[in-house]
Amino acid sequence: MEKIFPRQVHIVIALVWFVVALYMIFLYAPQEATMGEVQRIFYIHFSLACTALLAYFFVFLGSMGYLWKRSHGADDFAYACAEAGFIYCSGVLLTGPLWAKPAWGIWWTWDARLTSTFILWLLYIGYLMLRSYVDNPGRVEVLSAVVGVLGFVDAVIDYMAIRWWRTQHPQPVLAGGPGSGLDPRMWLTVFVTWGAFLCLFFYLVRQRMALGSARRALVELRRARASSI
Amino acid sequence: MRTASIAWTIFVKDLRVEWRNRETLAPMCVFGILVVFLFNFAFETAHEEALRLLPGLLWIAFAFSGILGFNRSFAAERENACLEGMALAPIDPSAIFVGKLLANIVFLGVMEAVVVFAAAVWYNFSFLPSLGTLALILLAGTLGYAALGTIFGAIAANTRMREVMLPVLQFPVAFWVLILAVDATSDTLRGAASAELTRGVLRVTGISLIYAVVSFLLFEYVLEE
Repeated sequence: MEKIFPRQVHIVIALVWFVVALYMIFLYAPQEATMGEVQRIFYIHFSLACTALLAYFFVFLGSMGYLWKRSHGADDFAYACAEAGFIYCSGVLLTGPLWAKPAWGIWWTWDARLTSTFILWLLYIGYLMLRSYVDNPGRVEVLSAVVGVLGFVDAVIDYMAIRWWRTQHPQPVLAGGPGSGLDPRMWLTVFVTWGAFLCLFFYLVRQRMALGSARRALVELRRARASSI
Repeated sequence: MRTASIAWTIFVKDLRVEWRNRETLAPMCVFGILVVFLFNFAFETAHEEALRLLPGLLWIAFAFSGILGFNRSFAAERENACLEGMALAPIDPSAIFVGKLLANIVFLGVMEAVVVFAAAVWYNFSFLPSLGTLALILLAGTLGYAALGTIFGAIAANTRMREVMLPVLQFPVAFWVLILAVDATSDTLRGAASAELTRGVLRVTGISLIYAVVSFLLFEYVLEE
């Protein structure tokens, strides 16, 4: 992977992609009819939200992979996705109120979708806190994998249970029913922005995974040295 | 069969330990009563508002006191390396989970009875008309909450600052158990139509069963060394 597609190239692509996305958000996409300029934050908000959710799914995959195969790579992947996902999820919770205040007139409401995003954020915190507080370093991986799986069950239930609640959040505009028409230029902007955020996400994950394996190699070296003395 | 009898042995052992040292149940009950007491003065609750506030108050008291019990459940086993002993014993780890879960359910059940009694007296609220359904909801909600508490208690026992770690893990995941239980409790106390009550009870039961099964399946990983 590193040979075919080095991380240095990856980050350059991500940055260029971001410049294109910003151009499209502010200059290319047409102004929204009712909400005006403030709607442009939607492109960022939506991309962050989708990626944060996807990231927790990756945490689940990595955790399952670890419980099944006991591969350190799977655990590194879960940890990296949790850290990057946490940053993205924090971004969702910051950009949401910025948009909600002009659009709804309030910063926050305990609406179902907002609540479930907040729970997702708490799940990330629990997972990351656990990783740094486990006594025995040899047990971190399996315990956090269990928490990753349980958290994912909770996230799935969240997204089912919100149907039982009334919601103030806009219904999915994308791929909603007929009449949820989005200007084609807006569609394109949505996808380009999401692509940019995904590209950056995978860069962060790769960087973090490389750090994880370097750290483990260091521990191995220290152990080898200590036993040779 | 063997697994069931081992689970029963662990359950009885937990009750016997509790009977001799009274380190879990008494603090849970006292803490639950304190929550009801503080809540009363924090909100200056009038009798008319009791109906609106009670469901939430009860489950907040259960949730917080429950944490005390779950923390003890496995922390107590760490003394004298009992947990390692159990993990090394040639028994099915899920038997340990079931035994611990049953003990936690009993402790929570006793605490809930005490808290409901205290709330009934202090808020002059009669639970008698809805006692049957309420007991059912408490049982269903407690199953899910205690299942999560048992596995997270076992996980948190492996950490520094486990008293902090347990609620941080438990509350976000147990969120829907608590919310649906509060909803159902509120319906019961209001005297809602039986169709609505049935749906509420089924939702709590369903979600509790999901968490109980998932925790049961994952528990063996928590115990392994």
